[in-house]
Amino acid sequence: MPVMTYAGAALQALREAMIADPRVWCVGEDLGRGGVFGQYKGLREEFGETRISDAPISEAGIMGAAFGAAMVGTRPVVEMRFADFALCATDELINQIAKARFMFGGQSRAPMVIRKPMGMWRSSAAQHSQSLEAWYAHIPGLVVAVPATPQDNYAMMRAAIAADDPVVYLEHKDIWLNEAEVDPEEPFTWGTARRRHAGGDLTVVSWSNTANLAAEAADILAAEGIAADVLDLRSLWPWDRQAVCESAGRSGRLLVAHESVGTAGFGAEVVATVVENTSLTCPPRRLASPRSLVPYAPNLEDQLRVTADMIADTAREMCR
Amino acid sequence: MTRTNYDTGRGLALLAMMERIRAFERQAELAATRDKLVLGAIHLSIGQEACAAGIMQALRRDDLLLSTHRGHGHTLAKGADPAAMMKELLGREGGCCGGKGGSMHIADFGVGMLGANGVVSANITIGAGAAHGIKLLGDDRICVDIFGDGAINRGPFLEGLNWAAVFDLPVLFVCEDNEWSATTRTADMTGGDGAAARAEAIGLPVQRVDGNDVEAVADIAGDLVARIRRDRRPAFLHARTFRQEGHTYFDPAAYRSQEATQARIAADDPIARHRETLQAAGVAMAELDQIKAKAEAEMQAALSVATAAPFPPDDSVFDEVQDIGSPAEEAV
Ligand SMILES: Cc1ncc(C[n+]2csc(CCOP(=O)(O)OP(=O)(O)O)c2C)c(N)n1
Repeated sequence: MPVMTYAGAALQALREAMIADPRVWCVGEDLGRGGVFGQYKGLREEFGETRISDAPISEAGIMGAAFGAAMVGTRPVVEMRFADFALCATDELINQIAKARFMFGGQSRAPMVIRKPMGMWRSSAAQHSQSLEAWYAHIPGLVVAVPATPQDNYAMMRAAIAADDPVVYLEHKDIWLNEAEVDPEEPFTWGTARRRHAGGDLTVVSWSNTANLAAEAADILAAEGIAADVLDLRSLWPWDRQAVCESAGRSGRLLVAHESVGTAGFGAEVVATVVENTSLTCPPRRLASPRSLVPYAPNLEDQLRVTADMIADTAREMCR
Repeated sequence: MTRTNYDTGRGLALLAMMERIRAFERQAELAATRDKLVLGAIHLSIGQEACAAGIMQALRRDDLLLSTHRGHGHTLAKGADPAAMMKELLGREGGCCGGKGGSMHIADFGVGMLGANGVVSANITIGAGAAHGIKLLGDDRICVDIFGDGAINRGPFLEGLNWAAVFDLPVLFVCEDNEWSATTRTADMTGGDGAAARAEAIGLPVQRVDGNDVEAVADIAGDLVARIRRDRRPAFLHARTFRQEGHTYFDPAAYRSQEATQARIAADDPIARHRETLQAAGVAMAELDQIKAKAEAEMQAALSVATAAPFPPDDSVFDEVQDIGSPAEEAV
């Protein structure tokens, strides 16, 4: 099986989709030179400037125009550069794209992939570091993808491009260079969690890069005799309530870990769902960023980070 | 007004469409005020019929149209079924959006009408994008995107026009300038010389037209549409018109002088003006009255049909949200 980086896996998936379907095209700022993080590298040379389209610095324009083009039958992949800048196109995403199919009684669809690189990337500070996945999970009409591994970034990108729904596709900026084997044949189904570590002592639910940290924590814990069941949700809408409730019901302990702000975060949704549906043997816990802003200085930034050690520590406390 | 080689056939068709739009709006108003059957806001286009009729007569059925919260007239002129539109206003089954959109989201994709929009200015980038899609697909359709004068003060106006200019897109932007942004005079809120000047600054070819002269609108729209279809580049039309009624059907427009409004209507009603043109061209008054009566009968029937229609099935509220993670399949 080929080894790919997280960035390279999505690039390969996109490339294959563009070969397979001439209606797929990409639009965003600085795509021609390969994208800010190289996620489009080589595609301009291969597919030309019409399908790898450089856009003016007009986030609302990019989002709105791609939506118009999607309504007439093309399949745009929209690049927002940093998830933070997608906020300039909030109306287009939330009031238009997410609602069009419903408001027009099914006459219209928006088959779009909206790529929003998210998360803390050392010293990017408050306007280039946000993780707003919970916002999108809140919006009916959107699919929310939060891949954590090269394998998932490959398979989920393929699935996102194939989807007839708008998919908010949140790649974590800190892991573009993470490498792993990718099986192009491995199937992916929306709303199915990946078990990153198996165990019966407690259930750890996570996604995006924090799922990688949770898997690391599980290895640490395993050496101490604590077996964690780590579920990487992969998509937040739809999400795998069944697997999470089943695991938490079995272990009796639930810890949710995510990088984004904990207050009104998706972790709260996970905890509420589990509490409504199963009984736990100890109170569920959340590990997430305090409700502050991402600072520039590295020591300050670290105050907000959820780490593998923190996950392991909390798990130990819960299993004591 | 006398015209040489006057095309009476086109003139009558334009009148018929304007009468249909006005009759539709009057029935919609009755449905809202007398019958209390329209629950949401409706924004009537009474007095603005010439833009809709004149522009749409230049389009093919498969050309695309995007419009605003004041979009009934445009939609009807593009060829939508008035009964389906009226059902939509009443939130009924069989409405063109299944009763889920209402007046502000009226749409009929079957005739290329890709939607009215409840967010002022939002349709401008989307329309540019629809034209972008046409270009990518390589067909010869064009897109017309209509918005009000108030819309030019939001960012999507700049972003959408610039987009169409840099990507050379087959789109006609139409600023249907009725002078008012809800209850505020647009001129008081707009720096510089307004819509046409801004479009010129972005490099679009701009035409200005008396938007209450349906023949002039039809002539200019015909030229622009033909040019866009041939050259595949955007253009801009600034059409001056006048909103005869309030912003919504329940707005008495107390912020402006009733006398001035009445004088304006008396002097500048597009239908009355066009009837004069047709009479001057030799069409009998009786024929003009018949066109009006026919339009009124059609729209009364549309309202009756809509009133008799059932509401949509309760569980359709979960349809058409999304395929992946659809609430229709959710069992929490
Ligand atoms: C973004 C946004 N802001 C405010 C409103 C409320 N609103 C609805 S229509 C309107 C006036 C629009 O004026 P104009 O664009 O000239 O169109 P007209 O109503 O005159 O046809 C306003 C302010 C809205 N729908 N969307």
